[in-house]
Amino acid sequence: MDRKVYFKGRALPFLLLLPQLAVTAVFFLWPAAQAVWQSTLQQDAFGLSTSFVGLENFAEVVADPNWRGAAWNTAVFATSVAVLALGVALFLAVQADKAIRGQRFYRTMLIWPYAVAPAIAAVLWLFLFHPNIGLIGRALNAAGVMWNYQLNGNQAMLLVVIASAWKEVSYNFIFFLAGLQSIPKSVLEAAAIDGARPLRRFWTVVFPLLSPTSFFLLVVNLVYAFFDTFGVIHALTKGGPGKATETLIYKVYVDGVDNLNLGSSAAQSVILMLLVIILTVIQFRFVERQVHY
Amino acid sequence: MLRRHLAAAALAVLALAGFNRPAPAQPAPAAPPAAPVEIQFWHGLPQPLGGLLEKIVSDFNASQRQYRVVPSFRGSYPETMVGAVAAFRANAAPHIVQMYEVGTGTMLAAGRAIRPVHELLAATGVNIDFNDYLAPVRGYYQAADGRQMSMPFNSSTAIMFYNKDMFSRAGLDPNSPPKTWQEVEAAARKLKEAGISCPMTTSWPAWIQVEQVLAMHNQPLATQANGFRGMNAEMRLAGPLMVRHMQNLVEWQRQGLFRYGGRDAAADGLFPSGECAMAFASSGLRARVVREARFQWGAAMLPYYSDVQGAPRNSIIGGASFWAMNKGAAANATRTEAEWRGVAEFFRYIASPEVDAKWHQDTGYVPVRRASYELSRRQGYYTQNPGSDVAIEQLIRGGAATDNSRGIRLGGYVEIRTIIQEEMEKAFQAGQSAQQAMEAANTRANAVLRTFERQNSRPQ
Repeated sequence: MDRKVYFKGRALPFLLLLPQLAVTAVFFLWPAAQAVWQSTLQQDAFGLSTSFVGLENFAEVVADPNWRGAAWNTAVFATSVAVLALGVALFLAVQADKAIRGQRFYRTMLIWPYAVAPAIAAVLWLFLFHPNIGLIGRALNAAGVMWNYQLNGNQAMLLVVIASAWKEVSYNFIFFLAGLQSIPKSVLEAAAIDGARPLRRFWTVVFPLLSPTSFFLLVVNLVYAFFDTFGVIHALTKGGPGKATETLIYKVYVDGVDNLNLGSSAAQSVILMLLVIILTVIQFRFVERQVHY
Repeated sequence: MLRRHLAAAALAVLALAGFNRPAPAQPAPAAPPAAPVEIQFWHGLPQPLGGLLEKIVSDFNASQRQYRVVPSFRGSYPETMVGAVAAFRANAAPHIVQMYEVGTGTMLAAGRAIRPVHELLAATGVNIDFNDYLAPVRGYYQAADGRQMSMPFNSSTAIMFYNKDMFSRAGLDPNSPPKTWQEVEAAARKLKEAGISCPMTTSWPAWIQVEQVLAMHNQPLATQANGFRGMNAEMRLAGPLMVRHMQNLVEWQRQGLFRYGGRDAAADGLFPSGECAMAFASSGLRARVVREARFQWGAAMLPYYSDVQGAPRNSIIGGASFWAMNKGAAANATRTEAEWRGVAEFFRYIASPEVDAKWHQDTGYVPVRRASYELSRRQGYYTQNPGSDVAIEQLIRGGAATDNSRGIRLGGYVEIRTIIQEEMEKAFQAGQSAQQAMEAANTRANAVLRTFERQNSRPQ
């Protein structure tokens, strides 16, 4: 597989890289640097009085019980979303991998939710689960279940987990399906000849061969749950009731945009940035190097 | 893969990047002499209110040729506020920005970012008679010494809507709504006995069940006259009246007499849909009730505790006011004399009783001037729309506003409202008692006040 293409000279490759580098610099590096700088400042909203406070903002953030609460929420939320989204997607992919009628239609339908914007997805779920106007919400209340996610923190968490996981199932589904289809038939047939039943074949042959895909998806799902679920939470619960569904990324928004506390918000986003960096490192070390596709 | 991470990393910092993003450049001031001076005006009213507001603006533009006010919808109130803040930091602030009442403390502390209305009017020689404005309206936007800081415009207050059909069904007199909380409780019990699943609900839990309750009973929300006298104010959320009221709400919720419908305006829909028999909501909900309610309904003043001395007083306002803003902090970000004049002329236009009365009648906001109230009365608006004067009567009840009923002047108050709602929600979930909820809210709100004080009191 060692067929590399070499450019003559250096100008052309640099020139070709330039647009991407420029985009990265303007949209990622510059704002990131500003966030780091802002995180060391105490500043009023209008930027009229500024003072350098070093790491004080970070100390305050970490000592803040509300931030710790949000961190805990994020852990619960991200784990639940990842487990649910991966589990459902794997199940669906295994089913879709079988020879069934209308396979294409079935697959297309499953991929669809990924194209739905988070806010719209949230509204769809709201219309299902709202205690007063939601189809399922009303049915639950009529059936005697006290369903009101506006007041019950656990129900609110359940709802945002379901809504977020639903959106990510499609993405996982595509990857799992591709993973399943790349498993050589001969291996499965050999296992079958050896007398392994379907369930056993799945756990001893298919699942291990899927592990690189699974691990990759796990990291992607965690990153998604950490950073891409703002829209769902904002549209469904706004972090409430109480602070039951306030995740770290949502708190960054609330403190920065609603409360205009820029220093604290910046410090929080820098912490999140470190988290992404760690996840990326894990991704590269364990997935891209050690596991062979 | 890498791109995905970068996107995630970007998301983490984007919230901040937003603040430093330069806003679209303002039109160059070097226009030919014949062209009108452009005045940028950012507002936060969605349709249909935004359209009515923009109609006022185009009427102003048609009324003269020197100035042209360019209205621009900037999303919700908080979004408009953040937008204006970011624009100021980028030296591209609009001339006028509409800011909701809870942002007043933040705006006042903004120092050079704003130009106080009294100063603007004095410099441009435009005269507006603020003495004619309703006291709770003008007072909310005044400095402690009575100087007008921003231009009052769309103001509402909270009132009670009740379903007359449900009242009749429960054997209550549909023409005498409950006046006190004691009567409200009794009515709610009867409604529940009559099989009504939601006897009462509330919109804007913090504004109506905390701020309004305290103001109407002449009790402080915070020291220093609710913050009017200084940034060192401390919250007074856990006083006996507040704890008593919160205990009642929690108890009523437990007994099925009260339903918590969510934060801010989330519960608005519960009344016009015919779900709840009594609803405490903004007087501005009236338009929607008129349009959507398929039943007989009435409007009444907010209830009070009859055994509290001095109650009931005037309620406080909600809504928004207009602020004149400087362009930015940079030395070259200045405004011309003509631009300031245009701002002042626009303020004079919206202050006219005709414009104000029409706005009031079209929208359900209260008239901000006595003259517009009188004008609407002469035009027969209140006889044709019974109950539409409840809000105004409640606002002017009890004479001059006191330190406790003038309004709220606390920095970071947007956050404090959220805190109050969060702690209330925890009490409704039975996670904590009413006393604990109000004490927790008090502690957390004080922390916000201290942070704000620190951020705004450093040498500039």
